[in-house]
Amino acid sequence: MNILVCISNVPDTTSQINFSADGTSFDTNGIQFIINPYDEFGLTKAIKLREAHGGTVSVVHVGPITSEPTLRKALAIGADKAIRINADAIDSYSVAKELASVAQKENYDLIIMGRESIDYNGGAVPGMMSEMMDLPFVNACTGCDIDGSTASMEREIEGGKEFLQSTLPMIIAGQKGLVEESELLIPNMRGIMSARSKPLTVEEPIQAEIKCASVSFEKPAPKADCKMVEVGNESELVNLLHTEAKVI
Amino acid sequence: MSILVYAENFNGSFKKATFETLTYAKETASKLGVSCIAVTVGDLNESASSLSTYGVEKIISISNQFDSCDNLGIATALAKVAKSEGTTTFILSNSNSGKSIGPRIAVKLGASFISNVVEVPSESSPLKVKKKAFSGKAFEEVESKIENCVLALSPNAFHVAENPNADCTLENHTANVEASKVNSTKEEKVSGKISLAEAEVVISAGRGLKGPENWTMVEELADLLNAGTACSKPVSDIGWRPHGEHVGQTGKAIAPNLYFAIGISGAIQHLAGINSSKVIVAINTDPEAPFFKAADYGIVGDAFEVVPKLIEEIKKFKKNN
Repeated sequence: MNILVCISNVPDTTSQINFSADGTSFDTNGIQFIINPYDEFGLTKAIKLREAHGGTVSVVHVGPITSEPTLRKALAIGADKAIRINADAIDSYSVAKELASVAQKENYDLIIMGRESIDYNGGAVPGMMSEMMDLPFVNACTGCDIDGSTASMEREIEGGKEFLQSTLPMIIAGQKGLVEESELLIPNMRGIMSARSKPLTVEEPIQAEIKCASVSFEKPAPKADCKMVEVGNESELVNLLHTEAKVI
Repeated sequence: MSILVYAENFNGSFKKATFETLTYAKETASKLGVSCIAVTVGDLNESASSLSTYGVEKIISISNQFDSCDNLGIATALAKVAKSEGTTTFILSNSNSGKSIGPRIAVKLGASFISNVVEVPSESSPLKVKKKAFSGKAFEEVESKIENCVLALSPNAFHVAENPNADCTLENHTANVEASKVNSTKEEKVSGKISLAEAEVVISAGRGLKGPENWTMVEELADLLNAGTACSKPVSDIGWRPHGEHVGQTGKAIAPNLYFAIGISGAIQHLAGINSSKVIVAINTDPEAPFFKAADYGIVGDAFEVVPKLIEEIKKFKKNN
């Protein structure tokens, strides 16, 4: 089975987020970029499915040459080949359109990605790709098994879990649960060596229409000082929450 | 030109996120000087007309019964209405369901899609609107390059305001859509649990609790305050609590009125998921814990000492109020 994993290149989760002095762009100084954590669950899942069913795992990313280390890392983790679409990711629509155009060139049985990227949190690319490619779509997936051309999935719903079925090909947007945190594959030395010789191809973009763009950024207003309450004086806390904060 | 707002229902009943979305849509429509139409799906009978409380001029009730996993069917039905009503701005909640159908609707309408919006658009032509970004670490102003757009409102970010409209009309529609390719085979519901997305109060605990058996007091406090329970990432990673309770940058992002952090140090990734909470209380043994910089109220102390006393005090408070 052939699986395509779409990967976003995002600031490490521990990053302090800063913007240019005029607030119009994200300041990448000192930022370490990683595979989007939600996509990482999808990548490990794809590799596990390949181990069980055979086939290939390809990764695809829309971004400039500076994001190639992230694609090499995906190859080191175990993907067979990588495709970089040589364009800046401006909005969800253009990214989905570029990804769909590359995805349509091959017959992928399954397309997996994270339910959102942790930078712009749009959460729109998987749904948009599904619509553009006319494919079934399950969002926020927390489990997936494949039997022949049937996918059985789990997702969280209000107050519980739901079990779903669909026929392949389809698109899954995943999160933790697709694989456990402890199962996430990390590159070993052999993986890192072999990643150097695995194919990483560059595709030129189709110049998809850009439908929206960032104007400016700001950080949340800093909190006022924390009001401290002594141990043993919990009644004061209850009183403050009632009379001052008015939340209970 | 009109605004169409999707009034999501859960087995026939509307929840707070829907009322927030209706209020947001009505205020956006007033600002843009256009009419506001609500659309629902499912067998709602007369309960659809209750939406007039939020000021919409017309309610379109699509009677088809969709499985909630049928994002294509729901999106198809809603997009058809949007086209026939000449909708320029489509508004829905960035709920679990909204996240699955919003992007499909945007593609169907050739519209731009902006999710996690938190304010009424600041400008109308081109439309500019503020949204959350970097998992709660920042806000971003986004501009739509085209007239048509789909906006997905972040839950718990906007107020609810009633604005009854006595002249509101109700239309019943039936949509012609294909059978779903994704089908639900089984549901497992945990009864009595308050969903984190909906909870006004959330009690969250971390590794400071030392073991899963010590969550009894967390649950007791949650019961008293009608609160949801949550946890930090390490706690869900070791399996002390289910993944669904993990709040933070790579878990759920929540915005309750009151958030209790018990025995959680306050790593930047955790804070990202909870810093939209209106009031934060931190309880930690370490006076240097970063959570005290993000909290409104704090107690430096042992959770095993503080939480039982807090439970007693809240019981007393409830008796007197």
